[in-house]
Amino acid sequence: MSDALVTVDDLSVYFPVGRRRDGTAVKAVDGVSFEIAKGETLGLVGESGCGKSTTGLALLRLVEPTRGSVTFDGIDVRELSARDLRRWRRRAAMIFQDPYASLDPRQPVGEAVGEALDIHDLHQGKQARRTRIGELLERVGLHPDVAERYPHEFSGGQRQRVGIARALACEPDFIVADEPIAALDVSIQAQVMNLMAELQRDLDLTYLFIAHDLAAVQHVSDRIAVMYLGRIVELADRIDIYRSPQHPYTQALLSAIPVPEPTRERSRRRILLEGDLPSPMDPPSGCNFRTRCAEVFEACGRVDPALAPVTDGHEAACLLHHDQGQAVERSHHPDAREHQKA
Amino acid sequence: MSDDRPDQPPSDEPAEEPRQPSAEQPELERPEGEHRPQWRQTLAILLSNRAAAVGLVVLIVMVLTAVFADQLIRFPINEDNIANRFAPPSADHWFGTDDLGRDVYSRVVMGARVSLQVAAISVTISLVAGTLLGLIAGYRGGWLDTVTMRAVDVAFAFPAVLLAIALVAVFGPSLRNTMIAIGIVFTPIFARVVRGSVLSVREDLYIRAIRSLGASDGRIILRHVLPNVAAPVIVQTSLSLAFAILLEAALSFVGAGVQRPTPAWGLMLADAQRFIAQGWWLSVFPGMAIFVTVMAFNLMGDGLRDALDPRQRTLIEARGAGGGEDE
Repeated sequence: MSDALVTVDDLSVYFPVGRRRDGTAVKAVDGVSFEIAKGETLGLVGESGCGKSTTGLALLRLVEPTRGSVTFDGIDVRELSARDLRRWRRRAAMIFQDPYASLDPRQPVGEAVGEALDIHDLHQGKQARRTRIGELLERVGLHPDVAERYPHEFSGGQRQRVGIARALACEPDFIVADEPIAALDVSIQAQVMNLMAELQRDLDLTYLFIAHDLAAVQHVSDRIAVMYLGRIVELADRIDIYRSPQHPYTQALLSAIPVPEPTRERSRRRILLEGDLPSPMDPPSGCNFRTRCAEVFEACGRVDPALAPVTDGHEAACLLHHDQGQAVERSHHPDAREHQKA
Repeated sequence: MSDDRPDQPPSDEPAEEPRQPSAEQPELERPEGEHRPQWRQTLAILLSNRAAAVGLVVLIVMVLTAVFADQLIRFPINEDNIANRFAPPSADHWFGTDDLGRDVYSRVVMGARVSLQVAAISVTISLVAGTLLGLIAGYRGGWLDTVTMRAVDVAFAFPAVLLAIALVAVFGPSLRNTMIAIGIVFTPIFARVVRGSVLSVREDLYIRAIRSLGASDGRIILRHVLPNVAAPVIVQTSLSLAFAILLEAALSFVGAGVQRPTPAWGLMLADAQRFIAQGWWLSVFPGMAIFVTVMAFNLMGDGLRDALDPRQRTLIEARGAGGGEDE
C-alpha cells in the first residue's frame, strides 16, 4: 500500500518491572506492524491488557516505544525533537476512553477546545477564537453557549463530544480513538460512532479505532486488526474477517457475539476460551496463544508464527496457515537478539 | 437511537451559520441544570459553614483595622505619659495604658497592621518559593525530586520556632528579617503539600490528553497542574497565616522579632509580663488580638478545606437539597 498515511513497523513497548535491570519487562506491545491508508479506518480489537491502548499511545509517542518505527506521511515520528513533536501533534489527535477524566475539571469546555487553538496559533484575535470554538462545539452537536460550562455539568456522551471537538480543533489528519464509546451508554454509543463516521467523511480523517467490542469495530472500520498479548494475530478486511476468520483466537472472539435471531442464535457454535491470559512478563514459548488454543499441536510450542498472508489482503499469525519454513522463530530473529543484548 | 444517520448525505456546510439548527441536523444539546461559576459555588458553601463565616467576618474586620489603623487610633502610639501609667480601661483609654502611659487600644490597633503585614509577606514568600519547588520536584521527579525532598525533610527536623530564631540570629533582628525568616521556615511545608498534589495530578488522564494536543511542559504546569493543586495550597495558606502570626508573636516575645517601640502583639505581651500584677489589661488585650486572629484564620482554613473539596461539595449540596442545614 503506497498511499499509507501511517506505517508502523515492529513497534514494541516494554515496561521495565522493578528496579533491577535484569531485563524483566512487561511486553505490552511486542513487534506490531501495520499500515493505515489515508481516509481509512483501522479497527484494533483485543481483550483488556492485550496492548491495544498502548499501541495507540506509542504511535503518538505519548508513551515512548522501546523499539520499532512509526512513519507518518513520510515523517519518522520517533526521530522528532521535542519541539517538532509538539508541532506534529497538530496533525495527529487522540480521543480517550473516559471523557470525564480526559478533561481538566477546572477548565470550562470552551477553553479546553480553545486551548488546542492557542497551542498551534490557529486563530486571529479573541473574536475569531470564540467563533471558532462555537463552530467546533456545533460541529459535534453541542450548543455554542455551553462553552463556559465545566465538564462535570455534562452527560457522558456530551463530554465525549467535547473531547472530539477538542481533537478536531487542531484540524488533524489522523485520530487515534481509544475505546471512545466503551464508557458510554449503549444508546449514546451509536450517536458518538455516527458522529465520528460523519466527521471522517466531511473532514477526510484517518482513524485508528481501538475497541474491545468486535461488533462496534466492524461497524466503523475498513480493516480490522486483532491483537493478543502484545501481538497482532490477524489483520483483514472487515467483511473478510467475519466471513472467514483464520486465527483460532479471532474465531473464538467472533463466536462470542450473540446473533439477534433466535433460530440462528440457538445453532450458534461457541468456542469458549479456557484459562487466563498468560502474563505479558513471561509469555509462552512459541505461539503466544497456544495455552488457550483449541487447535494447538506440537509445533506451536517451538515456532512463533509471524503475521503472514493467508489470502490476498488477509494475514494471520498461526501455524495452521503457514508452511513450516515460512514461520520465523522469534529467538532467531536478528532484531530480537539485538534488543536482548542492549 | 439514530442508526440511520450515516446513510444520509453529509452536510457539506460545516455549520457555518450557527444558532439555527435545520431539520436534518439534530437539535444542538446543552447540559441540564443551571450554570453557576465555580467560585460562587465555593463561596456559598464556605458561608453556609457558620464557623467559617464567622472567621471570614473577623478577618475582614482585622484587615480593615490594619488598613485604617491611622484613623482608628485614639492616641499617638509612641507618646509616653508617665503621669498616666497603668490607667485601667476607661472611656478615654478603652484598653487602659501601659507602663509608659501609652494607650493600649491604639497600640493593639496598630499592632494589627504589623502582625498582618508580617503574616502576609512571610506567607507569600513561602507560598511562592514552596509552590515553585513543589511543582518542579513533583512534575520532573527523579534526582531533582529526591534532592528537594531530602532538603525539606532536613528543614522539617528543626522545630519551627527554633529554626526561625536561628535564622534571625544569623540575619540580625528586624521587621524585614523576621518576615524572611518566617518565610523560609514555612517554605518546606508548601513544597511538600504542592509536591504531593502534583504527583497525583501529574498522572491524571487530562494531563496526557493535553500533552497529546502538543502542549509544552510550561503550559501544562501553569494552566493545568497549578489550578488543580490550588485547593490544598489555599487551605495551607490560611492555616499558615495563623501560624505566622503566632510565630511572629513568639519571635517578638523572645526579642528575636520586631523591635521596640514598634507595637507588635508579641512584643506587647513580652513587655506586659513584667507588670502582670499592675495591670491585667496590658497582657489580655494583645493576647486576645492574637487569639481571635489565629482562631479566625483556622476556622476559615477548615471551611475552605471543605468548600474546595469536590467530594465534600456534592455531600453538602446533597444535604442542602435533603432539607435545610442541620445545626
